[in-house]
Amino acid sequence: MSQTAQPATEVFLALKLDSSEIMLSFENANNWQERYRQIMLLGKTLPKLGEEFRVEQAQVRGCESNAWLYHTVIEGKHYFLADSDARIIKGLVALLLAACHGKSSEEIATFDIEGYFDQLGLTGQLSPSRTNGLFALAKAIKTAA
Amino acid sequence: MDFTQLRAQFPTLEQTLEGYPLCYLDTAATSQKPKRVLDAMVQYYEKDNANVHRAAHQLSSRATSQYEAVRDTLTRFINAERREEIIFTHGTTEAINMVAYGLTAQIKKGDLILIDTAAHHANIVPWQQLAQRTGAIIKPIPLTEDCRLDETAYDALLRDKPAIVALSHVSNALGTLNPVHSLIARAKQAGALTLVDGAQAIAHLAVDVRSIDCDFYVFSAHKMYGPTGLGVLYGRYDILDTLAPLITGGEMIKTVSFEATEFNILPNRLEAGTPPIAEVIGLGEAIAFIDELPSVQTARQESELICYLQSQLEQLGDITLYGAHRDNIGAVAFNLAGEHHQDVGILLDQQGVAVRCGHHCAMPLMQSLQIKGCCRASVGVYTSKDDIDNFITALTSVKEMLL
Repeated sequence: MSQTAQPATEVFLALKLDSSEIMLSFENANNWQERYRQIMLLGKTLPKLGEEFRVEQAQVRGCESNAWLYHTVIEGKHYFLADSDARIIKGLVALLLAACHGKSSEEIATFDIEGYFDQLGLTGQLSPSRTNGLFALAKAIKTAA
Repeated sequence: MDFTQLRAQFPTLEQTLEGYPLCYLDTAATSQKPKRVLDAMVQYYEKDNANVHRAAHQLSSRATSQYEAVRDTLTRFINAERREEIIFTHGTTEAINMVAYGLTAQIKKGDLILIDTAAHHANIVPWQQLAQRTGAIIKPIPLTEDCRLDETAYDALLRDKPAIVALSHVSNALGTLNPVHSLIARAKQAGALTLVDGAQAIAHLAVDVRSIDCDFYVFSAHKMYGPTGLGVLYGRYDILDTLAPLITGGEMIKTVSFEATEFNILPNRLEAGTPPIAEVIGLGEAIAFIDELPSVQTARQESELICYLQSQLEQLGDITLYGAHRDNIGAVAFNLAGEHHQDVGILLDQQGVAVRCGHHCAMPLMQSLQIKGCCRASVGVYTSKDDIDNFITALTSVKEMLL
């Protein structure tokens, strides 16, 4: 992540994501339709990035759709922003960010991303053989932190 | 053989995905394989496994005869003139690379290479590389509004006397059919060498290379109910014989010394190294399978299925079809109003529906359609009307969720 222009610090801090809250809402989802509705709702909580930030340097590789990731460190905690032109991808990205947003390097390093996706009932989505870019994104986050 | 018996020959199709029966509509990416193809390959490995063309022993002799028999089968299957005109490659992509590389010495600076705008990247990039090596110029053959090859523009381009014309028989992304007989005849009149990418045609149409009259025709085994890792390069003998080999090494030589090497004659000259023997034997069985299908009836059923698919998609509403014509072969390309093709693909996958969503290795085509990508549903001999209905039901759910 060597991009020069970054969204403002306030934008990073304004994003509130809570993985335990998300887990709860997923526990109540009875079928794939409800799960994916939750995913799309979650995607909406990520602010839309302006065109100036939808640039190649910020692009997540390995994703069939366009997805962009920004990262910053504020007082030793990691904050993220991401966007995608595909709604479900954006929601899946939000799920991933929820696990890391506002956390310390240590918390991120020890967080079991696979276990988290398993619990959400989305095991298959976090796989290098998928073209949704989540695997690459998870790697990028772990590297950044 | 009725349809149920035919479908029962494909073991992969008998499965459910999280409660949904598999609805496989991605045959254009790769076809499923009938059990007899798998059996033929197992039989080779269990009974006859030996390297070919080194027949000092009985096993090698058996393997060689089976391998070479498939060359004869293919000669008949596509109506080539001579068995030496059939070269086994590792796929369509490698076959086109072999031609584009092999022609390097025959192409000079300023020579023109015409490429179908709807071409798969495999029929674009090797020519670009050839152009970079030689200083040749690449020009795309434009498409009409309805995604057909623009024949007026094509004729105008032919007046510049291209050295090479590379066409698709059937577009992989859209399923549109090119009138190759007439296009090739005009290219030849203009003095061009011609190559037809038949990867998406070979499983659906009876291909007669002598009637098409092209110099090269290429296709992959895995899209015609055969195994992966194997392709076929057909070349008109006198032109094929002029290709410099892309891959050199064992088998393709006559004599080797550290001073000089003399290449073998066709077809060995273009088949360096140990070939995919089991796959070739598998392809022989796949052709036997295709040969046993009632060809006219099968073609009619597939065509009816494609038209049914197109009309069901139209009826669903909020669907954009790309290049949908009654004579399309094997595939239908679409987008759901304003929705990202990948989102549509993910939600279809939740319901056991396998389609391809993306740029379909045809980025120039996507650029000409001014889209980032699309979904493609494609069919094979085992696809039923029920598959189409299940797909439409699944897509209706997707539409309800997204719109």
